[in-house]
Amino acid sequence: MTITAPPPSTPSSTALQPNGWLRYFSFSVDHKVIGLQYLVCGFAFYLIGGAMAGAIRTELLSPISDFMPRDVYNQILTLHGTVMIFLWIVPVVNGAFGNYLIPFYVGARDMAYPRLNAVAFWLIPPSGLMLISSYFITGAAQSGWTAYPPLSITTPATGQIIWILSVLLLGGSSIFGGINFIATILKLRRPGLKLMQLPMYCWAMLGTSILVVLSTPVLAGTLIMLSFDIVAHTGFFNPGLGGNVVVYQHLFWFYSHPAVYIMVLPAFGLVSEILPVHCRKPLFGYTTMVYSIMAIVVLGLVVWAHHMFTSGTPPWMRLFFTIATAFIAVPTGIKFFNWLATLWGGRISLNSAVLFSCGFIVNFVLGGITGVALAQVPFDVHVHDTYFVVAHFHYIVYGGSVFVIFASIYHWYPKVTGRMLNEHLGRFHFLITFIGFNLCFAPQHWLGLNGMPRRVAEYDPQFALVNQISSVGALLMAISTLPFLWNVVASAFYGAPAGDNPWKALTPEWLTSSPPPVENWTGEPPLVTHPYSYGVPADEIDLNSASGSDLWSSGQ
Amino acid sequence: MPIPSAILTLVLGMLLVLGGLWIGQNVNLLPVDASVNAPIYDELFRVLFSIGTILFVGIVGLIVFSLVRFRRRPGQLGDGIALEGNLPLEVFWTAVPAIVVLFVGLYSYDIYERMGGMVPLGHGDHGAVSATANANASSADVRIWGGIGSTQDSQTATGAAIAPLPIEVTAMQFAFLFHYPDGDFISGEMHVPADRPVSLKMEAKDVIHAFWIPEFRLKQDVIPGQPTVLDFTPTRPGTYSIVCAELCGPYHGGMRSSVVVDSADDFETWLQANSKTTPSEA
Repeated sequence: MTITAPPPSTPSSTALQPNGWLRYFSFSVDHKVIGLQYLVCGFAFYLIGGAMAGAIRTELLSPISDFMPRDVYNQILTLHGTVMIFLWIVPVVNGAFGNYLIPFYVGARDMAYPRLNAVAFWLIPPSGLMLISSYFITGAAQSGWTAYPPLSITTPATGQIIWILSVLLLGGSSIFGGINFIATILKLRRPGLKLMQLPMYCWAMLGTSILVVLSTPVLAGTLIMLSFDIVAHTGFFNPGLGGNVVVYQHLFWFYSHPAVYIMVLPAFGLVSEILPVHCRKPLFGYTTMVYSIMAIVVLGLVVWAHHMFTSGTPPWMRLFFTIATAFIAVPTGIKFFNWLATLWGGRISLNSAVLFSCGFIVNFVLGGITGVALAQVPFDVHVHDTYFVVAHFHYIVYGGSVFVIFASIYHWYPKVTGRMLNEHLGRFHFLITFIGFNLCFAPQHWLGLNGMPRRVAEYDPQFALVNQISSVGALLMAISTLPFLWNVVASAFYGAPAGDNPWKALTPEWLTSSPPPVENWTGEPPLVTHPYSYGVPADEIDLNSASGSDLWSSGQ
Repeated sequence: MPIPSAILTLVLGMLLVLGGLWIGQNVNLLPVDASVNAPIYDELFRVLFSIGTILFVGIVGLIVFSLVRFRRRPGQLGDGIALEGNLPLEVFWTAVPAIVVLFVGLYSYDIYERMGGMVPLGHGDHGAVSATANANASSADVRIWGGIGSTQDSQTATGAAIAPLPIEVTAMQFAFLFHYPDGDFISGEMHVPADRPVSLKMEAKDVIHAFWIPEFRLKQDVIPGQPTVLDFTPTRPGTYSIVCAELCGPYHGGMRSSVVVDSADDFETWLQANSKTTPSEA
């Protein structure tokens, strides 16, 4: 254990940046500003996507299509999926927390390519607004977020083309971000900091960024081909012109299955940062945690065809993708057992960050179990494209990623603002989010098993009661954002001062002032080689300073 | 004298496994089974449900126990134990899930084979001639892909000598049409006789649809430009829903039809009543 004592913190120098809140509306190259821009922008899109979810659940209160026109319903469900994935979860778990934390974790003063970083963020608001504006122009895309041809070729073209352009820009943003994270983690590490000494979130972001860089270009190529089919009447995927619709599915899922890991691997990393701090225990099994991330990356790239078990794939392919998919449960299981072992024997503070983290584990375990079930071809043949899949998917991305986003906000808010969030409001927020979420999505497993397909505005009347229960859960989830919003806004002004390190954490971002100065540290960055050395007697901690380096004189 | 923790763990583990098995066997979340392969599917479901219940209850139990047992009490300072790893433990919880997953994978492969899923497809014995061949493929080698492959008599002893009933399914926005080559007529509702294999040859006119009968535990996408097959043997007389499961446009939710499983005699009556003496142009 080697921690160099950080220099005394001083008020942040804002000489190089616009002052105060205005800097969040500037083309800042400060990774902390960009991280918060990602977070706040993403949360705004979360509220918009949530409103769409509310509209969907309102339509489903009754078995008939009576709340909105049917084509509008399909537009709303397409936008809901696209907004939540491409504008909320991916940008926030990667862009927001990655930007804010990675430079601290590697001991850098900024990302490797600060201007590319700003470009990556500033692609998001315009493409998001463009996507949503398509609803008001000629109607948004209505072929689902998967945009399967021929439906996406035959529905009104304007909305679909805007959808493609928007997703292409967001994919570009992801790729820029991914390249930046890889370069920052591998090349900007403070001298003396080995890869196997990095905080776990760095490893998660390294794995995620590899997935982003390998798979997102495939999606881009696919969507460009799809747009040619729409506007230039080529026949890549159009069966009327000799195209093959199943090829699109292969190409689409080659990105979009890894996209699930792009959404959950960073969440795994964030939880691995939060739990040791509040359990006052080292992260259990650091090395296997690293290997399991890399195993998930490799396996994640070879499972895409499990989305196509009913599409007409050869039998050998079904067998291969069943086994490959089911085996992801092994590295994922390792992570979950390691978190349990991190909890075991700790001194756990039952605060909002821990509650959301444990809520995440509970939800994700259920989502993972249904995921292994869905990997089995015979099981999948019955429930594919039903509400069972909707439930499974939301247990993974909402019960997984979104719960972790909230846990992370409760954990890092004091660092970002210098003030504490209200714990009572936080626990209340957790309680109604957890109840609402499970009330909304748990019954959907039953709906799918018993015959309700997904993406329908009207359904068999026998499912009305269960749908109404699910909608009540959705309403609770909507209500649950109110105490959270009040908490983050009010606490920024009236919250108790946090001090530099209210959790007494050992990861590097806590060893500077709260909020951090523009260049992260006023002196040398500390060299933290064991970020989770909780429980080690104080006299064993070596506070001798490691020698500095001239590299850290500026952010460039 | 306190009970040793190893014994307590063993007892709790056994209770957990027995409870999970009981729940898997006794809690029914599925609709009635009405085809030969539905009970086979339900067998897999019960196994998955048992394993899932044991895992879920076990992990949630551990979390709740940890949060209560190891919570920080008021006035309690200092850290927990500095325990960073335990190699045998990690090998254990890597190996056990790997074995379980491998077992489940092989077991479901077996189930799938019993359902007819691993039978090589594209065999030419599907009653109807492949008249609507792909533009760029000769009718001789039209590639026919499907889900559950063939009734090839392996599923049921009673089906050994019975020729499958051919039905040609056409899916379009927003209806299924059923053409019966035996009587050369088209029906908007599917009628099938109980206990006789049925062979569907499915084509889509416009976009991708999916043909799903929840009570049969069967689903197969109906793909434009690429005929698919789906074979099954209904067992339980009754009327069940046919549901389109792939988003196919504004009225996707309304794209529902019915399958009526008749007794053999009733089906023959229905077939005769609808049959045309002259070929239909429809």
